[in-house]
Amino acid sequence: MVTVEFLGPIGKAPLQMEAATLAEVAAKLKEDEALVSWLQKCAVALNDTMVNDLNTPLKEGDRISILPPVCGG
Amino acid sequence: MELYNGPLDVKEIFGRWLDEEAESNYGAYIPFVGTIRAEDGIDALSFDIYEPVLKAWFDAWQERAKERGAVVKMAHAIGDVPVHTSSYISAVFSPKRRVALELIDEFVEDFKANAPIWKYDVRNGERIYAEDRSTPMDGAGLLA
Repeated sequence: MVTVEFLGPIGKAPLQMEAATLAEVAAKLKEDEALVSWLQKCAVALNDTMVNDLNTPLKEGDRISILPPVCGG
Repeated sequence: MELYNGPLDVKEIFGRWLDEEAESNYGAYIPFVGTIRAEDGIDALSFDIYEPVLKAWFDAWQERAKERGAVVKMAHAIGDVPVHTSSYISAVFSPKRRVALELIDEFVEDFKANAPIWKYDVRNGERIYAEDRSTPMDGAGLLA
């Protein structure tokens, strides 16, 4: 199982799912229509490191963070 | 990197940073202050921060500054920050002014684009995500 957490304004409780890659996480998240528009503009961190590759392999206990558009300052 | 609940005590932080580097032989100290402006009827801005990724982002900037003989510092507020108070300050120290002038520009601009901080307008006690002023981070859309 991996955990997917939604940061900032997304306002959604964390999800747990079986997934071997980030591509599998993407496919599962897209089943929720309310998330589709967020996913287009969100960046992704795996265990608090930013990632850019859908083929990134996942292991048991990994934590995936979904980061919406930012505006610090 | 320093995080505070509510508005920043700008004078205390800048004074302390100046003291910290008083004997470091830096010729230039360039501070930046971000102040909440009264506009669009807001009472305050409010901030969420994801600290682990912010720390990694800041550590990478520390390394970049070090390669140029400089030091970067920053402080940011969490939660509500009333108008006319400060939510964000940063500074660069460097041996000579040119590096500090360039770094403060690069550092503040990358902060706006890639620091994992979310801003909300506060009006009549309601917290509204400032979506139209927010920027997707590098790599956004990966899961779309």
